[in-house]
Amino acid sequence: MSRGMQREAVLAAVLPPLVALAVALVVGDLLILAFGQAPATVFGMLLQGTWGNAYGFGQVLYKATTLTCTGLAFAMAGRAGLFNVGAESQLALGGLAAALVGLALPAGTPPLAAVPVCVAAAMGAGAAAGGVAGWLRARFGASEVIVTIMLNFITLAALNWLVATRLHVPESLHTPEIRAGAVARLSDTWPAFHGSAANFMLIGALALAVAAWWFLFRTRGGYELRAVGLQPDAAEFGGIRAGRVWILAMLLSGACAGLGGTNYVLGYKHYYEDGFAAGAGFLGIAVALVGRNHPFGIVISALLFATLSQGGLAVNALVPKQIVDILQAVVIISVAVAVPEVRQLLRNAVPARARSATPA
Amino acid sequence: MRALVLSYRPMRTVLAAIGALLAVHGALLFVHPDGATPDATTEGLDVGIVFDVGGRGDKSFNDGAWLGGERAAKALGARVRYIEPGEGSDREAGLRLLAAEEFDLVIGVGFIFTDDVNTLAREYPGVRFADVDYAVATDSTGAPLPLPPNLTALKFREEQGAFLVGALAALTGGSKKVGFIGGMDIPLIHKFEAGYKAGVRHVCADCTVIAQYAGVTPEAFRNPGKGKELSLSQYQQGVRVIFHAAGSTGLGVFEAARASNALAIGVDADQYDEAPGYVLTSMVKGIDQAVFDAIKSVKDGTFQGGVRQFGLAEKGVGYVYDANNRSLIPDSVRTRLLALEADIIAGRIVVPSTR
Repeated sequence: MSRGMQREAVLAAVLPPLVALAVALVVGDLLILAFGQAPATVFGMLLQGTWGNAYGFGQVLYKATTLTCTGLAFAMAGRAGLFNVGAESQLALGGLAAALVGLALPAGTPPLAAVPVCVAAAMGAGAAAGGVAGWLRARFGASEVIVTIMLNFITLAALNWLVATRLHVPESLHTPEIRAGAVARLSDTWPAFHGSAANFMLIGALALAVAAWWFLFRTRGGYELRAVGLQPDAAEFGGIRAGRVWILAMLLSGACAGLGGTNYVLGYKHYYEDGFAAGAGFLGIAVALVGRNHPFGIVISALLFATLSQGGLAVNALVPKQIVDILQAVVIISVAVAVPEVRQLLRNAVPARARSATPA
Repeated sequence: MRALVLSYRPMRTVLAAIGALLAVHGALLFVHPDGATPDATTEGLDVGIVFDVGGRGDKSFNDGAWLGGERAAKALGARVRYIEPGEGSDREAGLRLLAAEEFDLVIGVGFIFTDDVNTLAREYPGVRFADVDYAVATDSTGAPLPLPPNLTALKFREEQGAFLVGALAALTGGSKKVGFIGGMDIPLIHKFEAGYKAGVRHVCADCTVIAQYAGVTPEAFRNPGKGKELSLSQYQQGVRVIFHAAGSTGLGVFEAARASNALAIGVDADQYDEAPGYVLTSMVKGIDQAVFDAIKSVKDGTFQGGVRQFGLAEKGVGYVYDANNRSLIPDSVRTRLLALEADIIAGRIVVPSTR
């Protein structure tokens, strides 16, 4: 690939989110004005409450950690041409698995042993839930969209029942605190983060992003996965077994979502609470869309959505929190519209000169 | 190479679009509409209210707190900021946001804030906190643990209000059997049951109260089906009036009352509209009054940590008697209730708060 084409690919990936952001800013201005407030004041408050102080920034990091995991989950399936809508329940399942293992381990288990075991349980549980959908797709051709949506209902209802009847502390909907496997908060090391839920699972999420990038773009397995995603029939013709790739992609996808559950369970509350996922699984779809299904794009996009989510609280005094929900939706719609538009523009422009440009 | 790619006309189109949007955004940043909230100042009374999951518009708990806040804004000149945190992990974040800005008073609406408010009050000794329905922790002997000096628990004497509606149920039902349906089987709801039973027995010694609970988890407050099932069976046993303290489970109680052509008593807010004609009254909690009083105490400099109880005397609890239900309550009964109310306020009747 010539450097020109490479740059073109980068532009095609980066420009749509930038357009979306600009559109969202203007729509945000208008909405704020509609509520009789000054845009400068509200946006100022939003920035001050998120990136403007260590606590707010810690909250952004905390929320971005979960969203990175669920965004990667969607991208991992998306790169294989699959649409995993099940991250919400895979996330919850991962959280419960981590809590159960943390409860079962004897108190005083050294963190170096306990945390990896809990994390493995979370990823394993998520992978199992994702794998079911992958297998049904590969074996019976069942649409993974339908299957993962329906598995959300089944899994979340089963978890609710399990916690409400078997595992909960009386007068609550959460399990007892885990005995081992707790992850330190950032504030333990940097006191400035005091009070925020940010914890060292952050590093786990970043490592997951790097691993996902390396797998997708630097290994044979990742190449096969992307090949199946682009054109399954051609990939089959080239000797790749699409069914196996689908199962693998859904296993990996579920594992990514499962890891997200540890952020809350191991890092923040140290117990599993019914309903803790609170939409982070579904928001992962938007994160992946804006991050253009690229692991590093997803990290940045997760930071953006986390900023909006935390910022919504900060500006709640002046404007309804729903304004932030609207902005998130505007970003998503703008990206969805801008992606084909930008691609079309580039395609029209490029043939004559860039494609024939000498490789540098 | 870079210049070459960017020189393509279509690429310029995209960049121009982004530029234009940013220019519009930049211009709009200079717009300051009349009446826009000015930046926060350090003077005056700053109050923050963080709502429970239901948020504004629940026609009950949260709206009550909002009313109290609005009254304080008008009457006391307080600047009140509201936060609706929604799901779990943002609850603590909402309180913290206000505490970090050194608000004069931060109010959590609901017992669900108990742990968070307790932690934050110790962390921010300079900020005053209040929590509606705060669950006071007890030590192993059952004695209440002391609260931090900057935290006040706004509690209600639900048993006093329940006593009055219990008496009303027994006096108007025309049956020796009276019904009670609780949501979750916890001490807070036992308070309602205890007061209700005492009220029934006070005016009708040989009456029996059938008391049932919808469950042992928070789900028991959200199960109208179960509420209907329990109440239908109570009505079939000859009960004519059922009092519910069961959140939205109570909606099932109203439905059963309509189906059985019997009466039900609402809770927390006036629930007449849920089943007009079948709602005898509602036992109301004056959340607005409690919130207003808490804000006023800060303004007057009389704020104190500890538990504050709102009973009949403080107009913290009561029952609805208005144009809607006047026809269901004979004048003689109303007179009797007023006398009972005076007796409770004067201490001549002590209402039990435990079963």
